[in-house]
Amino acid sequence: MNAARRDLLDLETLPIAEMTRLLEGARAFQRVLAAPGRKKPVLAGTAVANVFYEASTRTRVSFEWAARRVGAEAVSFAATGSSVGKGESLLDTVWTLESMGLDLVVLRHASSGAAHFLARHLEASVVNAGDGTHEHPTQGLLDARTLLDPWGSLAGRRIAIVGDVKHSRVARSATWAFTKLGAHVVLCGPTALLPAAAAEALGDPAGRVSVTASLAEAVEGADAVMALRLQTERMESSNLPSPADFTRRYRLTRKRLAGAKPDALVLHPGPMNRGVEIASHVADSPRSVIRAQVANGVAVRMAVLCWCRGLDPVEAAS
Amino acid sequence: MNDRTWLFVNARLADPAAGTLAFEDLLVVDGRVVARGAAARTHAAAAGARTLDAQGAVLAPGLVDVHVHLREPGQEDKETIATGTAAAVAGGFTSVACMPNTSPALDEPGRVRWVLERAAQAGLARVHVIAAITPGLAGERLSDMAALVEAGAVAFSDDGRPVMHGGLMRHALEYARDLGVPIVTHAEDLTLRGDGTMNEGAVASRLGLSGIPNACEVTAVARDLELAALTGARLHVAHVSTAGAVDALRRARARGVPASGETAPHYVALTDVACDGYETNAKMNPPLRAEADRAAVIAGLADGTLTILATDHAPHTPQEKEREFAAAPFGIVGLETALGVTLTHLAHAGRMPLPAVLAAWTVAPRTLLGLPDPLVPGAEADLVLIDPERAWTVDRDRFRSKGRNTPFQGHALKGRALGTWVAGRRVFELLAEPDAPAAAALPTITTGGTR
Repeated sequence: MNAARRDLLDLETLPIAEMTRLLEGARAFQRVLAAPGRKKPVLAGTAVANVFYEASTRTRVSFEWAARRVGAEAVSFAATGSSVGKGESLLDTVWTLESMGLDLVVLRHASSGAAHFLARHLEASVVNAGDGTHEHPTQGLLDARTLLDPWGSLAGRRIAIVGDVKHSRVARSATWAFTKLGAHVVLCGPTALLPAAAAEALGDPAGRVSVTASLAEAVEGADAVMALRLQTERMESSNLPSPADFTRRYRLTRKRLAGAKPDALVLHPGPMNRGVEIASHVADSPRSVIRAQVANGVAVRMAVLCWCRGLDPVEAAS
Repeated sequence: MNDRTWLFVNARLADPAAGTLAFEDLLVVDGRVVARGAAARTHAAAAGARTLDAQGAVLAPGLVDVHVHLREPGQEDKETIATGTAAAVAGGFTSVACMPNTSPALDEPGRVRWVLERAAQAGLARVHVIAAITPGLAGERLSDMAALVEAGAVAFSDDGRPVMHGGLMRHALEYARDLGVPIVTHAEDLTLRGDGTMNEGAVASRLGLSGIPNACEVTAVARDLELAALTGARLHVAHVSTAGAVDALRRARARGVPASGETAPHYVALTDVACDGYETNAKMNPPLRAEADRAAVIAGLADGTLTILATDHAPHTPQEKEREFAAAPFGIVGLETALGVTLTHLAHAGRMPLPAVLAAWTVAPRTLLGLPDPLVPGAEADLVLIDPERAWTVDRDRFRSKGRNTPFQGHALKGRALGTWVAGRRVFELLAEPDAPAAAALPTITTGGTR
């Protein structure tokens, strides 16, 4: 086993110093991507498997692209329609892949804790690319990177996360990232779509998380507002009367953002349902950083892959 | 001299029915209790009894577990009647009541008799059958309850699945009352559980796991207590885990509703924090709750609201438990840790005196199932010798159960069964175990009698 091997399973337990280094590394990789050649083959010879048990476009492509940009060889494995359908367990599937000589597994799975489970059993490094309704740590990092670029620091900032927080791994990872960097996070949605005891669950000792069902309250004075997709595939039928009912009260519109800071930024992890959780005129407005989020995803994942293989991400990019 | 004739000396005899714990000898002849105190020694020689010097250990009626899953028939990879009863006697239990959620379910007289025969063949702990309230535990219609009682069933339950239909439960209680047997309710509102996998609260929200609210149990308990009041039937509430259910049971008993309740050692010792790290060996239903619930369950035991301790022993195979949290089945084993966990967390922790803890494992379960008190002269000698001070560390690889799914692996406990006797025959002896501590620390056995 590589003694320097690391896993990125969640942002909750990731030390702030490591998170900061990853974000600095991502910044360095942004410059690599902007330079001619757009490549830094520091992981040449490293074999990466993207194992996706749930449908994904942007995250899978982003990881594939990031792996190639750092010189690793990546294979993608969509677990739907494979031997998984024949009853093979998650562990057996990944053991099979590991036997082929993989160094690093990027896992997306519908079950919370799936990446932790794999990490306990595998020699290879594990990167959590989304586990059920738990965390999506690279998304949280890219959200933080996207806000750090214009702001420089998140300290003292107020960030509202609006929508289906209960089923959102993005919300959990973003909350840990933002609060560890000194921001205050307001989680907002209908009570039926908020996690029980959310502030206690996700709040750091400084109490930097608050919860409200009122969008106006959440948006008031916000420096940034993140809209979340309704995860209807994870809901019980009574979680939501209808998407229209949600839209009536929580769709981000210019009018509803009036209480936020004048230069407040708007984020969305994608995929967007335009007109449901976010109005098109907001998604496409100058305050929207949604496209920057996607672009930053590649740089963040380059940094994460290097870090998992024991490299310092800043040095790797320089 | 035969292997069912014993004189126990230097034993602290626990008589939980009388509430006493004092040095007293006990004579067992041909498997039956014959005499206590001075009379025991007087008659021992004539009977040719083997003398067992307990060296101050506690001799008690054998423990009774009213809630175990023996998995046979149909799930023998998890447990069999033989391995389950071997685990039972190693834990100090002389009787267990098995739940009917086997495959097929224990919903026909022939299956009840088959289990009883298999248990007799195993020759370890006694097995009492709790038969299914509804065929296949489907909750659709009543089983042939009278025929099941004739075949030997001592109670009815659809444990593992609640009887969601209130009208059906009412009639089940009425028939149970007519037949003189209790209904053991698995009180859970499935619509409130939904896809929940652990206790609803901050831990579940942080782990991104769907929660099971306390109301899921409390509302179901409230319904069944009202139905017990309505029908006058004997209701027993299985695996109470919430403060609300303890409170509902306390109020119902105060107004004379014929209801009792049990809780399990894990609800006494653990909270939902044990699920951290997606620990599937801390996943059971009802789930480990919050600290306030744990405290309420202990208070309920201490004030006599919860009169029974039971394990809900639920073995699963390692491959079933070694899964993603949501995919792993509910349930943990308990027979071989139950006594140690409850003595450690109740008696040694100063929350209940030792005789009260033993009463919850002996007197109240026997009353529920209609079993005789082994300490009454003439009764079959179902006994356990306990060293309440013995320190040991849980090692699941030494379990007799096939199940390794315990949340107590590596826990340091105080209190253990040294020997177990069913009808006077010794069916477990810690001394004979390969991992037994130094023999000098154990009770010694000498051959008494004159021949």
